[in-house]
Amino acid sequence: MTDATATHAGAHGAHAAHHPDLQHHFDTLDQQHEAATLGMWLFLITEVLFFGGLFLAYMLYRVWYPQAWAEASRELDIVLGAFNTAVLIGSSLTMALAVRAAQTGSQRAIVVWLLMTMALGLTFLVVKYFEYAEKFEHHHVPGPDFMFPGPNAGPAQIYFSLYFLMTGLHATHMVIGFGIMAVICWMAYKRRFSPEWYTPVEITGLYWHFVDIVWIFLFPLLYLVDRAHHFA
Amino acid sequence: MASTPLTYLNHQHSVASWLLTKDHKRIGLMYLAVVTLAFFLGGLFATVIRLELATPAGDLLSNDDYNKMFTMHGVAMVFFVLIPAVPAILGNFVLPLMLGAKDVAFPKLNLLSWYIFVIGFLFTVYAMVTGGVDTGWTFYTPYSSRASNSNVMMTGLGVFITGFSSILTGLNFMVTIHRMRAPGLTWFRLPLFVWAVYATSLVQILGTPVIAITVLALAIERFFRFGIFDAALGGDPVLFQHMFWFYSHPAVYIMILPPMGAISEVIACFSRKTIFGYSFVAFSSLAIAIFGFLVWAHHMFVSGISVYSALVFSFLTYAVAIPSAVKTFNWTATMYKGAIWLKAPMIWAIAFLALFLIGGLTGLITAALGVDVHIHDTYFVVAHFHFIMVGGAVMGFFAGLHFWWPKITGRMYSEIWAKVAAIIVLAGFNLTFGPQFILGYLGMPRRYHVYPDEFQVLNVLSSAGASILAVGYLLVGIYLTVSLFKGERAGANPWHATGLEWTTQSPPLPHNFEVQPIVTHDAYEYASREITVD
Repeated sequence: MTDATATHAGAHGAHAAHHPDLQHHFDTLDQQHEAATLGMWLFLITEVLFFGGLFLAYMLYRVWYPQAWAEASRELDIVLGAFNTAVLIGSSLTMALAVRAAQTGSQRAIVVWLLMTMALGLTFLVVKYFEYAEKFEHHHVPGPDFMFPGPNAGPAQIYFSLYFLMTGLHATHMVIGFGIMAVICWMAYKRRFSPEWYTPVEITGLYWHFVDIVWIFLFPLLYLVDRAHHFA
Repeated sequence: MASTPLTYLNHQHSVASWLLTKDHKRIGLMYLAVVTLAFFLGGLFATVIRLELATPAGDLLSNDDYNKMFTMHGVAMVFFVLIPAVPAILGNFVLPLMLGAKDVAFPKLNLLSWYIFVIGFLFTVYAMVTGGVDTGWTFYTPYSSRASNSNVMMTGLGVFITGFSSILTGLNFMVTIHRMRAPGLTWFRLPLFVWAVYATSLVQILGTPVIAITVLALAIERFFRFGIFDAALGGDPVLFQHMFWFYSHPAVYIMILPPMGAISEVIACFSRKTIFGYSFVAFSSLAIAIFGFLVWAHHMFVSGISVYSALVFSFLTYAVAIPSAVKTFNWTATMYKGAIWLKAPMIWAIAFLALFLIGGLTGLITAALGVDVHIHDTYFVVAHFHFIMVGGAVMGFFAGLHFWWPKITGRMYSEIWAKVAAIIVLAGFNLTFGPQFILGYLGMPRRYHVYPDEFQVLNVLSSAGASILAVGYLLVGIYLTVSLFKGERAGANPWHATGLEWTTQSPPLPHNFEVQPIVTHDAYEYASREITVD
């Protein structure tokens, strides 16, 4: 996390023989690496519970209002959603390749793969922008201007409240991911990593894969409600 | 003086050396400063409440202002005092020392947590001074989302931001305990305070994100007119209560588990005995953390939840009493036939035991389904949770603070004043909250500032107790401050205690230990081991 991205540590006096990225309060690089990855895994657990609150609300209301959920879900563009899913899975691949590049010590490749990951992430957000814009046009944004035909307008508004909260929170996480990746890119460009020490790349990877996995759940939950009979 | 040894306090002096420090010991003290401020603020609101309640008529405040007073008292005390007090102050200071580590696993993240805490606090203080907030600290919808026109957004943001400080502290401590233990310091040689902090971190990591998303959803519902909890759209206000209590009940264990850990240290040391049933005390912390997540709906027995789920939650609430009782019995058994040394920390610890016992047993009364319908939202509940949160958490905090004060500052406080203060606080506390049990049982509801005349005697007693309590707390502030300047030098180990934190000098070196400690003993070998004093 923030510490693992530290630029220098106490390589002074008797410790001069230590790796320059070994912080003073750790004994070995291994210990430091394990602390950082454990920290990131714990952080991801907190993220699961953070999103979990919204998944709980989603579950409750979907059980209560299956009809409204089906109707509202049909307003989403399944093609754009599927396209974005593919884009994000692709970005997970490029991210995994960036970590692989770090392990093999190829700093140039880290930069290339991270830039590709960011480009794919950006593609996702641009598509998301058009999807959001369409919701504004059709008055599907919750609030005083919300409109939805039929008797299910109330629960449909809850659906769209959750839609915007969940996808918005997901998008926020992606933007944070861009910031982190930009820093890592810069560090790789400055040749700061080595096969002995590439912890920041690895935990950034963990974070990005998490953001992808959230979408893997969001896509079917939001886009694929009661679509089966359309294909039958 | 040339002979003054190098310590974490005197090796750097500039303001920046504090504000940019990554030293867990300094960060602990910075939490102490902010928490003390919040405690003063929360105490101020409590004073106004008790003044108002001294008479049956509502003659000091309007209804709305009274609502704001108890809300802001709760917000300040829960989120900015009780939750950070022991983990963030004492935990930060002693955890790495206890582990024989140079610092926590992520020192920069630790500093960041403090800043997040302060920013959250400032948001909340801003909300308070620009009109206050009146929803109750529980922010129940739809009142908080639709009806209230007070500063709900700003307060909610403050709580949301502060939550991340708590999450990151818990995460930091958990990684520290896993990865930073000294050679030889196996899990079952850990001091019980460490087990307690570990269990607390678990609750912070699993619970706090849920309140964060809940408050965020509330804020968005309020600001953008979204509908997550809006009954007008078919939404469920009770869902908010479920999500709120999923964190806020376990939060009680964030408040009480670390003080319990401190109590284990103090009781073992001042009974000069090995703790009775070490592994039971250790695992009861984990059991409390885990069971604690399964009892939240006992706050909602009258919210219209299903009778069957209420039955289950009532039963589980009884179950969570078991590990708490295990601890209490084990502490008592530790004292049994011990060489009790009645120094100030021990007095505070014994006061903790007495008050926690009452708080815990009245918790069982409130957990009983039928009885709860009668006493729900009355002063009985208010008295019960104050016995846990003030009688338990704050007394335990003071026990720990008095225990580690010589280590933190290198100075001894006035022993006699510390004992006097403990007794004043104990007496004042019982006088404040004892009558509230009776008031509640007689049917006085909480959160009203006007009450029938027949309740006045008990309310006056309560208000009188509150003033005694205030004197006690002020006294603690005074003699601890005086000790900084006039206190005797403490030496490395004034209590002849086991534990790695007592093997380094007081106040400790900037990097804690001169040489990496190696552990060859269990945690509490008071009976069998020579303890080095200096």
